[in-house]
Order: sequence, then structure tokens, then C-alpha cells
Amino acid sequence: MKSLASLRDLKGRIDSTKKTKQITGAMELVSASKMSKAEQNARGFVPYADKLQEVVSSIANSNTDTQHPMLNKREVKKTGYLIITSDRGLVGAYNSHILKNLINNIEKKHSSKDEYTIIVIGRKGYDFCRKRGLPVTQSILGMSDHPTFADVKNLASEAVQMYADQEIDELHIIYNHYVSAISQVVTNKQLLPIEHIENQGAASSNYEFDPGQEEILEVLLPQYAESLIFGALLDGKASEHAASMTAMRSATDNANELIGDLELSYNRARQAAITQEITEIVGGVAALE
Amino acid sequence: MSTLAVSVVTPEGPILEDNFDMVVCKAESGEIGILPKHIPLVSPLQISIARLKKGSDTQVVAISGGFMEVQPDKVTILAQSAETADHIDILRAKQAKERAEKRLQDKSDTIDRFRAEHALKRAINRLEIAKS
Repeated sequence: MKSLASLRDLKGRIDSTKKTKQITGAMELVSASKMSKAEQNARGFVPYADKLQEVVSSIANSNTDTQHPMLNKREVKKTGYLIITSDRGLVGAYNSHILKNLINNIEKKHSSKDEYTIIVIGRKGYDFCRKRGLPVTQSILGMSDHPTFADVKNLASEAVQMYADQEIDELHIIYNHYVSAISQVVTNKQLLPIEHIENQGAASSNYEFDPGQEEILEVLLPQYAESLIFGALLDGKASEHAASMTAMRSATDNANELIGDLELSYNRARQAAITQEITEIVGGVAALE
Repeated sequence: MSTLAVSVVTPEGPILEDNFDMVVCKAESGEIGILPKHIPLVSPLQISIARLKKGSDTQVVAISGGFMEVQPDKVTILAQSAETADHIDILRAKQAKERAEKRLQDKSDTIDRFRAEHALKRAINRLEIAKS
């Protein structure tokens, strides 16, 4: 009787694992297609980012007496952190890497909650900060899988505005940089003040500036900072889908392994039941003789 | 005759890339026309319409939040958003215009006002080019 129950038990577990496997397999495919779209989006952004960088660097590097608060360091009283997390789980260690990085940073640099503030994209990060009682000034939840610039425009410009208003004296951004489908690296970048603007060999063009350099920087630098935030978001989204794909693939692999093990036990139990039945029959016949 | 290689680029990708004879934009300091062999120039643009001329044809692009970079044979317009006439959702633009107007009428917050004004400008800009 016992072996029969456990046979049915095993059968049930095999079936349910198979169903789970179907789901994770489907989710892997979905993530894979979202990832390639996200990768495409990130690529579409590159020409804009490159051009903007080229112009900003050619202005910022052309004369040394350019003064703009976004280029100059000041004493840091309060630091802003912008973290990009996902809205859903099932993305492996995607969120925990970012949050760990954030916590490490905070523990290393700050002794009180007045010294930093956090801007969050994504529900996971938001819930985390809420639970720990970390100060969150702004958040976007339910970001679309393929964000447009308009989606982050407000948050980005407000973050830049906070810096301009001297509410924060530094802005860091923490996100997962997409290296390849199987590798994403947590990146912690200082966004503001803008420190190292790489010169991409655009020094040849000596621009006329209309109206003047300072006024142009006034327009350009916030736009530059906002575009960096958007770029990081696109990068983060590509990483998110990649992480989700990897997580789902390993879930599918695990399910396969589990099914294999269960099937082995199932066959063993079945064989044992048959053997026992035969023994019983043989034993019964022997008793009759 | 030489032409200008014009590209309009936004964070979402290039909107338009083509050769034109002349570019007319509204810079911060006023309307400005660019012909080939222009001196290298950088200038922020107002929320406005850029007119790109090729022969007798004129193509229009609604620009907001951008600037342009001019080189002798090349004009690059970098904008936070840019749309050609056939890509404009007239209904959405109309709704945005109404929303912005409504917000402007109730005079409570100063920061919101600034944003609403911008939104209104963008909506009007879009509608104008869709009409033409």
C-alpha cells in the first residue's frame, strides 16, 4: 500500500515539475526576446550619447576658465544615490547586487540618514528602502520594459535640479551594466559633478557659440546628465532581461534534473512494487503446496 | 552644388538622416538659416519647428529641448524629442494642449507652471507642423 501511495506521490511531483518547467521555459523565451529589444534600444541611444558627449567635451575642454556648478566639485554634505532595480522578481541576483552595493556605500561613507538620499527606479528597490527605513526622495514604479526618454525625463531633470539647488552635492548612479547575455556588472558611477569628460578627438572643430559658451553649458550640461541617466536605464533594462533569462534558464535546467531524479525513483518504486507482488504470489503458491 | 548632411538624433534613435540644401531653425537668439560651408557652430534651439529644404521641397521637424551642431558639410540636431509631420499623433497633441491649458489656468504652484508652459509650447508646436 505504501509503495502505491508513494508511486502516486512521485507521479504528482513529476507532473507538477514538468508544468513548472514549461512555464520557466516560456519565460526564458520571453526574456530573450525582450532582451534583444532592450539591446536594440540601448544601441539606438548610442549616436545621441556620443554626439552629446563630443560637443560637451569640446566645450568643457576648450577653455579652462569655464565655470559651471555642474563641473565643479563642492564640499559634500549630502549625497544622492540613484538606483535602477527591477519591478518583478525572478531575475536572479540582479537586484540584490545593486542593493548590496548601495548598502556597502552607505555604510562606508555615511553615519547618519541626513547625509544621503535615494532616488529609486523599480519596485524591488523601493520596497527594500522602505523596509529598511532609508530616505527615498523620488521613485518610479512600473517602468515599462522598453522605456522612452519621456518616461524618465521628469525624474532625471528633478534629480539634476536637486543638484543645482544644492540639495545634494553629489549624485551617484548604481545600475547593472550589460556586458553580454551572461554577464552583467554592477556599476557605480558619479554622475554629478561631471568630472571626467572624455575627449573623443573632436578637438579639431573650433566651434562658434551662439549665444556664449556659458549659456550653452547652462542648457547642455543638464541635458547631458539627463541623457546619462537615460542611458543607464536602458543599460539596466537590457541587464534585467538578460538576468531574467539566465535565471529562467537555470530554473529550467534544475527542473530537468529534478524530473530525471524523480523519474528514476518512480521507476525504482514501480519495479519494487512489481517484485513484491511476484514474491507474494510465489509465496502464496508455495504455501498452498 | 554642395549639400548639408542633416541628421536629427534623439535618445530613442535617429529620426531623420538625409541631404538638404538649407536648414532653418529657431535658435535661442532667433531664427537662423544654415547653408553649406557654414562656420562650425553650436547653438541651443527653442521649442520650435526646423525646416529642411531640398530643391523646392521643405520637410519640417518638430523639435523640443535640443541644440544643433553645425559643421561645414554637416548639421546635427540633438533633441530630447523630435517628430516629423507624419509621426505626430494629432489627438494626443490636442489632449496635451488642453491639459496644459487647464493646468495653466489654476495658478497655484510656480514650478508646475513652468512645466505646463513647456508642455503647452510643445503641444502647439506639434499641432502646427501636423497641419502644414
